Amino acid sequence: MVATLTRILGVSHLSLAEDAVQDALVEALRLWPHRGVPDNPRAWIVRVARNRALDRLRRRGNWATKAAQIAHTLESLHEEDDTPQFASELRDDQLRMVFLCCHPSLGRDSQVALALKLLGGFSVAEIARAFLAGRAAVAQRLVRAKRTLRQGEVDFSIPSPDELPARLAPVLEVLYLMFNEGHGAHEGDSLVRRDLCREAIRLTLLVCDHPVIGSTEADALAALLLFQGARLATRADSDGDLILMAEQDRSQWDRAKLRQATLLLARAGRGERLSTYHLEAEIAGCHAMAPSYEETDWHRILECYDALHAINPSPVVSVNRLVAVGRLQGAAIALAAGDRAGDWSRLADYYPALVVHAELLAENGDSGRARREFSQALELAASRPVRRHIERRLAALSLP
Amino acid sequence: MAQFLMLLHDSPTDFEGMSPEDLESVIGEYVAWRRGLEERSLLVGSNKLEDEGGRDLSLVDGQLRVVDGPYSEAKEVLGGYFLIEAEDYDSAVEIASGCPHLRYGPRIELRRVDTSVH
Repeated sequence: MVATLTRILGVSHLSLAEDAVQDALVEALRLWPHRGVPDNPRAWIVRVARNRALDRLRRRGNWATKAAQIAHTLESLHEEDDTPQFASELRDDQLRMVFLCCHPSLGRDSQVALALKLLGGFSVAEIARAFLAGRAAVAQRLVRAKRTLRQGEVDFSIPSPDELPARLAPVLEVLYLMFNEGHGAHEGDSLVRRDLCREAIRLTLLVCDHPVIGSTEADALAALLLFQGARLATRADSDGDLILMAEQDRSQWDRAKLRQATLLLARAGRGERLSTYHLEAEIAGCHAMAPSYEETDWHRILECYDALHAINPSPVVSVNRLVAVGRLQGAAIALAAGDRAGDWSRLADYYPALVVHAELLAENGDSGRARREFSQALELAASRPVRRHIERRLAALSLP
Repeated sequence: MAQFLMLLHDSPTDFEGMSPEDLESVIGEYVAWRRGLEERSLLVGSNKLEDEGGRDLSLVDGQLRVVDGPYSEAKEVLGGYFLIEAEDYDSAVEIASGCPHLRYGPRIELRRVDTSVH
């Protein structure tokens, strides 16, 4: 709805669009309990929001300059709002909003904050919690981002076909980040923030399904998110404690998501380009489609990591690859490979890498060093479920 | 059976800072509560009052004084009412206590309609 209002009012009035939708929602809240819910609630909100926004513009004295523009758009906004047509207009407005939030003139942090606010409908407080930033800092970031868009005279449109590949890349990155934040939830008490994950999946599918914007990279990302998303219910137990993949109850994995993911991965494979999303989706698929942990296709996973490392030789990819090496060739070989590549030292501040290192050491019989790595990881890990998990591993290694 | 008037008071900061998603779910709560009243045949009537344009009348030195108000920016403004049926205050309180307004608004005033025969 904010997206539709933004289309009507223009990018320079983003805040006005947001406030107008907010006002309309409160008005609905006060009125519908007495009058009942209208047949097309979304259309009602948009119409009331539009009128509120126009009121404000009129009062500000902007009316004269905006009159012609807005009058034209007023006419094009159907009063009747047939559901299918309205729904497809809404979807296109959402996509325009996706591209706006991920505009290249904005830094990554601003893109993510803006996407969460305007697309995900998160409040400033919720965004601040998700990224462990102060509320004032997030509010300021949003203000600056909108100012940047205003001053850049960015328009509210779906990029042209030749602009599309460049404009799509940040969109996919932002959605990937959003999902990862919800999936790993590196800070705080709960391991999974379902709403972030759900929102990331919804928006990615929106991109995939669009005839012009859709691409094999988007399909691959969607497959990746759905494979991961299918397992969300089993990542943590009722106490909020971490459950490792080897111990997750696979019967609880969401079959529908897995099916959808498999179809999208197949569709992604029809392109000519192999992106990192393709490979990560393939890896996630290997895990998600294995009937049991013991039957996981580690060979295929290692192949994918080799290809991934060739495109993106980051230490994080390296370390994840070593987990597969460990499964196939044993902990000793994996440890040696990590030592040779200098992976462990390069990631001394990244607690997941320390945990991988610790597990390999423990498997190799070196409890002393394993305990030291776990202790180091404990210093760095901020989320309670992860900390509790590491403490349990430390306790297990301290037994005589 | 008696009738009770539930007067819902609003304040301008009631829904400040709430996300659109949260607001949508609150709308659902209010609508569901009202539907519950209808299903139990407890609702006699209800209305929202207009936000602006109220008038306050008084006599000052014998002269009629009409003042605009209250304004929605005021701390507490009467927003709307529900007229319900209940046996007694205890039942009425029980019904009113389920209203989401207790969680989101400043207060609900509950008054029995006087049907005494003198």
